[in-house]
Formats: sequence, C-alpha cells, structure tokens
Amino acid sequence: MTSIILLSIFGILNLFVGFMKSKRVLMPVVLLFLAVALGATLLDWNQPKSYFSNMLSTDNFSVGFTAVMVLSTLFILPFSRRYVINENANLAEYYSLLLFALVGGIMMVTYENLLVLFLGIEIMSISMYIMAGSDKRNILSNEASMKYFLMGSFFTGIILFGVALLYGATGAFYLTDIADAAIRMEPGTAPLLLMGLLLVLVGITFKIGAAPFHFWTPDVYEGTPTVFTSYMSTVVKTAGIAAFYKLMSAAFGGVYDQWFPTVVAITVLTLIIGNIGAVTQTSMKRMLAYSSISHAGYLMIALTSFNDRSENAILFYSLAYGVATIAAFGVLKYVADERGSDEYTSFNGLGKTNPLLAFAMTVAMLSLAGIPLTGGFFGKLFLFSAALEKDLLWLIVVAVLMSAVGIYYYFRVIIAMYMKEPAGDRISVDPLATFTLISLVVLTVLMGVMPGLFSNLL
Amino acid sequence: MLTALLILWPALAALLVLLVKGQGAKKVAFGAALVELVLGVWAWINFAPNASTQFLLNEPWIADAGIMFKVGMDGISLLMVLLTVFLVPLIILSTFKHNYEKPSSFYALILFMQTGLVGVFTALDAFVFYFFWEVALIPIYFIAGMWGGENRVRVTFKFFIYTVFGSLFMLAAFVYLYFQTPGAHSSEEVAFYQLILDAGTQSWLFWFLFIAFAIKMPVFPFHTWQPDTYSEAPAAGTMLLSGIMLKMGIYGVLRWLLPVVPLGVSQWSTVVMVLAIIGIIYGAIIAIRQQDMKRLVAFSSVSHVGLIAAGLFTLNEHGLQGAMVQMLSHGVNVVGMFFIIDIIQSRIGTREIAAMGGITQNTPFLSVCFLVLLLGTVALPLTNGFVGEFLLLMGVYQYNNWMGAIAGLTIILGAVYMLRMFQRVMFGEQNDITRGFTDLTFTEKAVLVPLVVMVFWIGLHPNTFLSLSEPSVLKLLDVIKR
Repeated sequence: MTSIILLSIFGILNLFVGFMKSKRVLMPVVLLFLAVALGATLLDWNQPKSYFSNMLSTDNFSVGFTAVMVLSTLFILPFSRRYVINENANLAEYYSLLLFALVGGIMMVTYENLLVLFLGIEIMSISMYIMAGSDKRNILSNEASMKYFLMGSFFTGIILFGVALLYGATGAFYLTDIADAAIRMEPGTAPLLLMGLLLVLVGITFKIGAAPFHFWTPDVYEGTPTVFTSYMSTVVKTAGIAAFYKLMSAAFGGVYDQWFPTVVAITVLTLIIGNIGAVTQTSMKRMLAYSSISHAGYLMIALTSFNDRSENAILFYSLAYGVATIAAFGVLKYVADERGSDEYTSFNGLGKTNPLLAFAMTVAMLSLAGIPLTGGFFGKLFLFSAALEKDLLWLIVVAVLMSAVGIYYYFRVIIAMYMKEPAGDRISVDPLATFTLISLVVLTVLMGVMPGLFSNLL
Repeated sequence: MLTALLILWPALAALLVLLVKGQGAKKVAFGAALVELVLGVWAWINFAPNASTQFLLNEPWIADAGIMFKVGMDGISLLMVLLTVFLVPLIILSTFKHNYEKPSSFYALILFMQTGLVGVFTALDAFVFYFFWEVALIPIYFIAGMWGGENRVRVTFKFFIYTVFGSLFMLAAFVYLYFQTPGAHSSEEVAFYQLILDAGTQSWLFWFLFIAFAIKMPVFPFHTWQPDTYSEAPAAGTMLLSGIMLKMGIYGVLRWLLPVVPLGVSQWSTVVMVLAIIGIIYGAIIAIRQQDMKRLVAFSSVSHVGLIAAGLFTLNEHGLQGAMVQMLSHGVNVVGMFFIIDIIQSRIGTREIAAMGGITQNTPFLSVCFLVLLLGTVALPLTNGFVGEFLLLMGVYQYNNWMGAIAGLTIILGAVYMLRMFQRVMFGEQNDITRGFTDLTFTEKAVLVPLVVMVFWIGLHPNTFLSLSEPSVLKLLDVIKR
C-alpha cells in the first residue's frame, strides 16, 4: 500500500523534474524513487494489512510480486539511456507513465475487490498504450499503439462485463464473498456465474498474452520501443499472472473442477502456439514476443495445477523469466540500435566483438530455455513439480516437448553470436548498462545454483 | 568433502584459466587438471574397498522441498571419477600442438566440463545428477560448435537438441519419482531405490529414463547424431565425448535406471538387448566401409558401446563387471585412437585412409603405440579390451546363448575394420603425402605412453579395478533383484 502511494507521488514529482534543463538527472531520480518504493514494499513483509474497508490488502503474496515488479523496473530503466541522449522530448512523461503503470500493477496483486482489479488493469493498460506509441515518428510504433489500444480497451470492456455478471450472480465484488457464493450455489446450475468467470478469464488471458488471445503480441512487441517492450513482457505479464492466480485461488478455488478444463485448454494452446510460432521468426524481437507467449503458457501450468506449490512456483518463475528477459531485451536494444536491425543476423559474431553482451545474452537464452545453472531451469522444475503433484503427467509431456522446441529457437541466437563471422564493429555500452547486465547474469546464475534462497518465500 | 573438492576444483580452475591471456592458458589448464588427478588418486588411496558410499557430502540444497546436495563415491563412482581425472589432463596435453583461437575460453570450457562429469559420477540425488548432466553438456556444445570443422554448427546443434530432448524426459521421470517417495518427498538415490511401483508405471518410466541414456551412449537407433558430431568436433572435443561423456549414459543406466525401475527393466530388457546387438553388428559393418579414419573409429564406438549396453541389461555379475572394466578400456583406447588420428591429420592434413600408406617406415614409436591401442580395441588377450569384452560376452551368453553368439561377432568384425585400417595407413608403400612423416614429439609421447601403460595394466591385472567396483556392483544387483 505504501508503495502505491509513494509511486503515485513520485510519478507526479517526476513530471516536475522534467522541467529541468538537464535530462540526465531524470534517470538517477527515477532509480532513486524505485529503490525507495522497493524498500517500502519489503517493509510490509510478514505484516498483512488491509485498507479501504478491505478493498486492498497486502500480504506476502502481494509483497513478493510487487517486489518482483519494482525490481524488474529498476533493471529495465538503465537501458533507456539512449533515450536520454537522443532528442526525445517527453522523457519525464514516459518515466512517470512507467511509475503509474507500476501502481496499476501493484493494485492488480493487492486487490480484494474486483473493482480494484479493474482499476489496476486500466491504470496499467492506459499507460502501456501510450508507451507503445512513444516512438511517435516511427510508423510501426504508431501501429503498435493503435492495435494495442483498440484491442486492449475491447478486452477491458469484456472484463468489466464479466465483473458485472459476477456481481449479478453473487451480489458481491469482494473475492471472499464471491468464493462463498460460488461454493454455495453449485456453479453447474448458475450460468450467470460461469459466464462472468469466463469473460473475466478471457480478458485476463488477453492481458498476459496467452492463446487464443495472443494475436496482438508479436505486432505490438515489434513496434514498441525495446525498453518498453521489455517492460510489457515482464512487469505487465507478472502482474497479469499474479492477478489471475489470485482471482482463481481466492474467489474460485472452491470450484476448481469447473474452470479446470478451460484453463488447461488455454495452457496447452498457449504452449504450442508460443513455441511453434517462435520457430519461424527471423527477427529476434518477434521471437521474444512469441517466447513471452510460451512463458505465459508455462506460468499457467502452475495455475492449472493449483496446489500449495503453485504460488511459490509462479513467483520463482516470474523472477527468473523477468531477469532473463530483461537481459535479452537489453542486449537486443544495443545490438539493434548499433547494427540497425533486430534480425538474428545482426547478432552474428557478437561473441568476438562484445564478449560481455554475448555472454549476458547466452545466459539469458539458457535461462529461458531452461538449461541448468540458470534460474530458468529451476523455474521449470518447480512448475513441473506443481503439475505432477496433481498427476497432470500428460501436460508435462506437452510442456517437455515444447521446451525442446524452445531450445531450437533460443540457440539460434547463441549460434549466431559465437559461430558466425562478425556483422559489425564493437558496440559501445555505457557503464550503468554494463553493470546492470552483470547483475542480471549474476542473479540468474545465483537462482540456478542456489535455488533454495528463492524457492519458498511465500 | 573430498568429493566436493573434486567437483569444485575444475570449475574454480576454469575461472582462473579465463583470466590467462594467450596460449599460456593451456599450461595453466594442464596444471589444474594434474591437481585434480592428484585429488582423484588421493581418493583412491583412501578408499576402503567395500560397498559403502564414501567421502559423503550431504547439504541442504532446496531445503524445503527435501532436495539435498548429496554427493559421494562408491566403487562404481570412484572408477568413473578416476577415468575422468586420468583422461582430462591427457586430453589437454594432446592439444598442446594446436594453437586454438581464444585459448582461455577453450581450456576453461574443458575444465568446466570436468566439473559436470565428476558431478554426474558422484551425484546421489536425482536432481543433482540432472543438474550436472546438463552442466557437462553445455561446454562440449560450445567446444564442438566453436572450434570444430566446417559443418560444425548444424551438426552440434543436432547433437544438442537431440540430447536435451532425451534428458527432459529423464527430468520428467525424476520429478514423477520424487512425488512417489513417501512422506515429505525426497529425490535421493536411496529413496528411489526403496520405491515399490507397479509394473505398468515402471514400464513407461523405463522409456522416459532410458531414452536420455540411450541417446547419450548412443544405442542404436538413437546414434544418428554421433558419427557426425565426432567427426566435426575438434580432436579434444571428440576425445571428451567418446572417452568420458558417453560413459555418462552407461553410468546413468547403472545407477538411475536398473535399480530404480527393475520391473520395467525386466519387461523391456529383451528389446533393449536386441537393439544393442543390432548396434554392435550395424556399427561394425558401417565401420568397415568408412574411408575417413575418424568416422571409422566413431562407428566402431557405436559397436563397442552396443556390447556394453547389452552387458548392462544381462543383470548378472559378469555383465555388469564387464561393463565397468570395458568403460575404462574403451575410454583409454578410444582417446588414444582419436589422438593418433589427430596426430596423423595434423602432420599430413587428411584423414582419408586411401591417401595414406607406409607411415611405419619413419615412425617406430607411433607405430608401436598405435598397434597396442588398436589391439586393445580388437580385444586381443593381454590387453584391456579382452578383459572387458570377455566378461561382457560371458554375461550376454548367460542371458541368452544366441545373443551371446551374435554379439561375439564383434571381435571378428572389429579385427576386420581395425586391422584393415592399420594395414592401409601404416604399411604398404610410402607415397608423396606420407613421405616426410615425422615420429612422435615429446608431448605426444607423454600422452600416449600413459595410455599404453593403461592398456597393459587393465589387460594384465584387471583386478586392481574390478576389485574396486565388485562390492558395489553386487550390492546394486541385490537392489535390482529386491
């Protein structure tokens, strides 16, 4: 809660900082804001509280996911340095929007009332629509923003419709009340409740980019400036999946059997579409877009299995996936800016010209592919464990096959970097970004070697 | 503690090697590998020859899930570790004549792989085993992919996808087994050994586990990645792959398949035996037709591994002990063969058998070493190959007479392709290509002499090694027949 208030104030303050002549001061200020917000978040650890007549409540679940989101934002920002140097005039506004989006994200993990969930989604989405179009002279960025806005608002409407139906069926917006009503009224005989649940589910599925509502992802990711794409695929996704999990566990945990078939179908579809879609891409950025779809699928495995391992598995996976994805987008940004394209070929020979960038990218790809020594491996292991505890062996077989497909496209980057002749000269990277990349690599390896530190936080 | 040191030291040394600029890296790496050898021998000296697991380290890893970082060595593990620590320094020494690009990365990767290998051979927890299993794979992928021949990218990629695909199934099986353990679950080896699962479950678990090991060894028909990868990888990479890494698969069967799903094994062992024996004959016949020396040895490796695999599934003492000693012999022989091929290739720039001839005339030392290793490979009595193949064939014969008879063809066929290669390469008239061939240098001798010594040591006194593994193998058989 403190972090919501702090980040809102910081966002407004930041707009005023934008009036100063030197744009260089902006980033340190925002980093400071985020660090303060992170500290304030962690202070709530083990101190559950509720606010506004229990519309919001902080517990370890919300603190954990808030921390992951704030930390991700902290890691993403250093890669936006190019924007500071370039003539981009509206930097302060974009940073403020990032902070506001974060506020929305935090609301999505602390809600106890569906209205707050809706507010959170809206606050986050509207900020993202603008950021998708922030490279306003680029036609692709405009297209991304327009697509994202039109479809996003449509699906927000669907969520709202679903919330209304749920209210109609149960007479409540509070998760606990809905849970009571859902168990009492035997959902098989309550079409209104099921319809409402389905609509909310469809809406959130869109927000996390899971199939069959994933179709916006590649285009929007491609057009959006890379730093914000990185934000979309980590912070937004984490908030979405955490909100999804909270909804299903707190409000509909009692009627698991009713929603299981739908969710498991979405999971399998997402895994297959995400992974198969990524194989044919030649652009790294589009590949990462499809890869983000596939990871939404992996995360949903934990949701599908829904047991006492799920929460921790989702948290661990979100962190591992977030850290690796930020590193990948970070390196991609430097390579694409310098070599003028985000195709695989522009990564050729990066191992020779920029060993550090190549190494960071390699670790990120290994982690996303789920190879040991990286956090991604244990992330997958914990997800699979959650599913196997529910005896969903066939789901694991699908996931395993898709992981093998994943290795194919992630390794294409590694092959380009180490086994092809250089496609250009050395790329210069500023010290802050270098430091961030090293931290991301260290964190990924730490999660891969001593997973016990992160695996049972909740 | 000693086990942890054996695992950690190469990784630390790898970091050290990364800091060394230029070709000095190879000397530092060699030094580090020698230290590891000393550690290994130290473990051997302090090893009490019984069935217990020694040098145990058991620390919580993912404590709340009951997953322990548990490593230690019994006789079987110790033999594999000894093989690793013996071969790695020789493999590093064998590269001294090459000046690879980016030497520090190359040697750091070799040492890093050693960490994975020792980890695999000493892991006593399924997830630790899987962890090191993949840790060993990543370095060899880069070694083969960055320093290999022309088609290296395509070939190593196939190899990587193939092996990871297999091991993911193993992972799924491990997770499943983990949940079958009673109480607060455990993934320790002993916990898996105590599981009583019904035959239907064991039946599919068997294939989930076996496919990972079968691809690694490789057993026919999962071998298609192997000849290409062996011939495209740089010599050191081929030696690591064939000398040590292939044993990971065999060791995996021994430790994580046979005792874990004994009912699955009894259902499927005939199928696997038939596949393995097809592999023996198939590998040998294709080897006869090869023109490229490296490919010839690669296919001969398919053949030899087929026999080891067959021996494993006989589930009798001769078969398993034969597999143990043959793993050592095969490691020694195949590394020696690939090194000799590398020597020939670096002297005359080709591996084509047809292009050579008369090399013996200038090179007495090379010829003797080559012949000894070759006779070891074709299992001449008094050499290491004989001990292993004899025990293995005896085991297979006990299992089924006909299978034993067919598997026995390996000795005849092996002699055909090996002696034919030796005759064409070493004897006959010298030609323009082989005329200036010089004999071994000092470092080359330093690699080959220890290998030749091992050929005779295992051949003349196999008990040094058999006695180490015997108690553990017997104990393992008890577990399998529980």
